[in-house]
Amino acid sequence: MLTDYVPILILSLLAGGFAATNVIATLITGPYRPTREKLSPYESGMTEIQPPKQRFPVKFYVIAMLFLLFDIEGVSFYPWAIILKALRFPGFIEMLIFLAFLAVGYIFIWKKGALDW
Amino acid sequence: MSAWIDIIVESVIKSIVVILFLLAGFGYITLWERQILGRLQTRYGPIRVGPLGLFQPLADGLKLLLKEQISPRNVKLGIYLSAPALSLFVALMAFAIIPVGPPIYLFGKWRDLALANVNIGLLYLLAILSLGVYGIVLGAWSSANRYSLLGGLRSGAQMISYELALGLALLAVVLLAGTLSPMGIVEAQHRPGMTWFVFLQPIGFFLLVVGGFAETNRAPFDLVEAEQELIGGYFTEYGGMRWGLFMMAEYMNMMTVSALVATLFLGGWVGIGTGIIWNVTTAPWRQLIGVAWFLLKMGLFIFFYIWVRATLPRIRYDQLMEFGWKILLPLAVVNLLLTALFVSLS
Repeated sequence: MLTDYVPILILSLLAGGFAATNVIATLITGPYRPTREKLSPYESGMTEIQPPKQRFPVKFYVIAMLFLLFDIEGVSFYPWAIILKALRFPGFIEMLIFLAFLAVGYIFIWKKGALDW
Repeated sequence: MSAWIDIIVESVIKSIVVILFLLAGFGYITLWERQILGRLQTRYGPIRVGPLGLFQPLADGLKLLLKEQISPRNVKLGIYLSAPALSLFVALMAFAIIPVGPPIYLFGKWRDLALANVNIGLLYLLAILSLGVYGIVLGAWSSANRYSLLGGLRSGAQMISYELALGLALLAVVLLAGTLSPMGIVEAQHRPGMTWFVFLQPIGFFLLVVGGFAETNRAPFDLVEAEQELIGGYFTEYGGMRWGLFMMAEYMNMMTVSALVATLFLGGWVGIGTGIIWNVTTAPWRQLIGVAWFLLKMGLFIFFYIWVRATLPRIRYDQLMEFGWKILLPLAVVNLLLTALFVSLS
């Protein structure tokens, strides 16, 4: 039923409006007396020499990629979980085969050291 | 036509109630947390502003609004300003599918005490919770600050890693209940031969608790804002109400996770005096007992959150990631398989 989602639409409008109002309020309320030092990035009291490079360890990329893979597997379990009672034991065996494939990949990335930090 | 007006009016009222509930909850959980932490460290915590310190959240909010708001020189202003709003928006949306009580008979119609009673409720919740990482990462990246960037990267990796185990833990509950609707899961826990899922799914409960703590960046997984190493993490460059919005989002997410635990594992709104079959009576007071039970269960879990913060030290980042990927994920899969075996044979 599509009408079930009407409350979510309305909540999203109200919540978005509330969040935006809060941020706009921060632009209006309070004093504003900027100085050069006040507007410099926080560096534990040091003067910043150069802005941070937007580069970071490749591990974070790897984790994000692995997350995508496993999360999609996780989502594909959901329809199966709802109808498992109807599928009975063969449904369980089928998912076991699927998981075996997944486990090969998991063991591979573990052995490759992608999970070591 | 009048049916549409009815739906819209009901939704607007419920939305406003949800937003106000989360806001009030945020204010008073911060107060409660500081008082409990104080007591656990043999001091008082805030008790001076108003009776028992009850006006403290108002004073805090006013202070945050009246502070000077500075945006450092190098920030990307559009993203920098929208990141806290995005965090708050996501936190407000997540509560939508939680049933706080049984359906109630008002103005000639049975009305759910959940904002939206959708049949894919849990999937919706997971989708919204995983959006939470955007506000944090965007805020961190747009701040153009080393500490922010590191904190944002860490939190991004942490939240997505624990989401896997969290998703699989919820899946075991879905298997037992056979539905994704939170209302249906509450009912399923009270069918004959069933009991609260915390007893049937102890591993799933553990996974949800750990995953929920990591997902909301709370102690002992609050590496995102590890003060000793990262100053404030992703909100280093935020101040005043903009910082307040990130905090608001964090506490609202705590409330959502607590509500989720109460719904999925602790039997939802059902308790002594409510009964399970609700539509025999049209007297609303029985439904209100249900709401009280729900709030009690939720409050107990929030207390548990605070208690853990006062007790456990923060864990190291490499331990965090290895725990998530090498222990929680296999544990979640094993739990899922055992549950599936049980369900498919019964």
